Amino acid sequence: MNEEKNVLSILVDNQPGVLSRIVGLFSGRGYNIESLCVAETAEAGISRITMVTKANKPVVEQIKKQLHKLINVMKVNDLTDTKYVQRELALIKVNAKPEHRAEILRIVDIFRCSVVDVGPDHYTLEVTGTEDKLAALCGLLKPIGIKEVVRTGNIAMCREVQ
Amino acid sequence: MELTGAQILMKALKEEGVDTIFGYPGGAAIDIYDELSRTDIRHILVRHEQGAVHAADSYARAGGKVGVCLVTSGPGATNTVTGIASANMDSIPIVVITGQVPSHLIGNDAFQEVDIVGITRPCTKHNYLVKNIEDLARTVKEAFYIAQTGRPGPVLIDIPKNIQTAKTLYNRQKPVALKSYRPTYDPNMKQLSKVIGLVMASERPVVFAGGGVILSKGSAELTEFAQRAQIPVTCSLMGLGAFPGTDPLWLGMPGMHGTYRANMSIGESDLIIAAGVRFDDRVTGKIETFAPKAKIVHIDIDPSSIHKNVQVAVPVVGDCKKSLGLLNHLLDKKNLKDIPGKRAAWLDQIRQWKETTPLAYHQKDTIKPQHVVKTLYELTKGEAIITTEVGQNQMWAAQYYHFDRPNHFITSGGLGVMGFGLPAAIGAQVACPDKLVIDIAGDGSIQMNIQEMATAVQYNLPVKIVILNNGYLGMVRQWQELFYDKCYSCTDMSHAPDFVKLAEAFGAVGLRATHPDEVIPVLTEGLASPQTVIMEFIVEREEGVYPMVPAGASITEMLLV
Repeated sequence: MNEEKNVLSILVDNQPGVLSRIVGLFSGRGYNIESLCVAETAEAGISRITMVTKANKPVVEQIKKQLHKLINVMKVNDLTDTKYVQRELALIKVNAKPEHRAEILRIVDIFRCSVVDVGPDHYTLEVTGTEDKLAALCGLLKPIGIKEVVRTGNIAMCREVQ
Repeated sequence: MELTGAQILMKALKEEGVDTIFGYPGGAAIDIYDELSRTDIRHILVRHEQGAVHAADSYARAGGKVGVCLVTSGPGATNTVTGIASANMDSIPIVVITGQVPSHLIGNDAFQEVDIVGITRPCTKHNYLVKNIEDLARTVKEAFYIAQTGRPGPVLIDIPKNIQTAKTLYNRQKPVALKSYRPTYDPNMKQLSKVIGLVMASERPVVFAGGGVILSKGSAELTEFAQRAQIPVTCSLMGLGAFPGTDPLWLGMPGMHGTYRANMSIGESDLIIAAGVRFDDRVTGKIETFAPKAKIVHIDIDPSSIHKNVQVAVPVVGDCKKSLGLLNHLLDKKNLKDIPGKRAAWLDQIRQWKETTPLAYHQKDTIKPQHVVKTLYELTKGEAIITTEVGQNQMWAAQYYHFDRPNHFITSGGLGVMGFGLPAAIGAQVACPDKLVIDIAGDGSIQMNIQEMATAVQYNLPVKIVILNNGYLGMVRQWQELFYDKCYSCTDMSHAPDFVKLAEAFGAVGLRATHPDEVIPVLTEGLASPQTVIMEFIVEREEGVYPMVPAGASITEMLLV
């Protein structure tokens, strides 16, 4: 069966060790974590974990059930087959020799990113977007020379039903 | 009035109805132990912390209450891990309380410090480190609630030493309601109607019941359902006793060492109604060919058990007792007159399997281990609580002791812990002082927790230990015989202590039988004794457990005697 990327949005009771329980569940049962993002929600004491996992359908079902079985997990939402907004933020440090600076700035403009740090031979770009957008940007910057990339991993939110 | 943490713990335990604790003191638990001495809670001092957890596990199973275990930090805590993992696999409600080094030392590699909450995270249902004295009472309340609701399991509470001595006001705790934990007890009626439809249409149904039926106290409902709908029943190792082992509809246990008729029935069945089971690999064998002709109904309180190992046609999430009770209600509205006629051919086929290929062994002039268990069954009229170690002894106990009621067969099913049986016998005897409690053991596994003999003798617990001594780690030897060209690598255990003298050294009674004629006299004398007794039977060395399904084969491909 095909392994597909699944986006899970998990609400947890913000108790000590809750992240460790979730990560331990994945390593203990041999599941994959592609990316993981954790932060508090608007409600105090409740955090949201956005997780991208790669697995086939029955395994994803099992992952959701196992997550839900954890005492501190309140809700597991599978956004994969729903309408949702997804974003990721990346910081990209690129080689910026004088002959490449103009080209880089053009790309920055097209991708609506911003330059957040400048040095004698580098630019650090900040970009927000979907995974595809980030991949496209990296593809264009690669020939110029990417020194370092830091990504937050995906966050996602389901769209309001109209 | 302000109370110390230790006092609050005792009050909270009393509120949960705790009257017995199995444990072992130490530096980080000394304040709790000090307070314990001023309560009327009975403490059973084991000789190794692993024994305390197995005893608490068995106490919970035999007595129907949450088992409680109290140990110190570091090695005291790590010694409980095997017992916790076993209780977790078998879904047994226990609460393990561990002392911890003072809060300010946590993380400093203090003396006898270990991150027991981290270590036991994957093998508990839930666990806690109490960081504030204000949280202690609530934590204990939650721990007991979580341990015994939904799919039960072990919960660990780690209490640093400074929390044990800190003071706060104690308030009686409100009932627990957790936003993130709400087990589903009531099954979906539509799903149950579907089940009844399938039951009425089925020609070759089988009920497959497991530990979940026993945990939910649903044996009566299960028995009523099977008898009214005339469905033969097989029970997993953990489910033995959920359905009477002497009922004509009884098939025996399925799986790797299941009966021929149980495995063949599953292979030929067109409908399997599974309740409180998890389709363990020891039951299913090769999963692709498990019950190939059957639609499977799966009733379980844990949604993650459903579709985990086998895909099922009708999932039912709910309590087994409730679900089976509701199925019986639905049967009321059905015309069951035609059922016996409809099942006749199927039940006849099963009878044939039973007649042609029963459980069997060849009696020779050496003692056969099966003969010992069979004789034990006859002498005790099937009324004893049987605990087992793990390996051949466990399988022979499961095959040849026929359990008519639940909570009488106590074994480490999922984790398969050697050394479980003796402390388990102690736990069961503490829970049921008037019952005859017997540990069926092998010579290998009895040595794993033999130190608990001292516990049994200290508390005058008249447990009986039947050692089937073949001088081998028998189950591994059997695999080596069958699948490893008889290369008995490291399984010869013929260098063992003199178990009779050992029993006497502990202050117990030791008896030995070396010839088949001595089996009945030794069992009769041992069982009649008011003391702790070891009965050693020198059995046929290379006897195997049969039927046997080789690992990875279909369960209908059995090696027979």
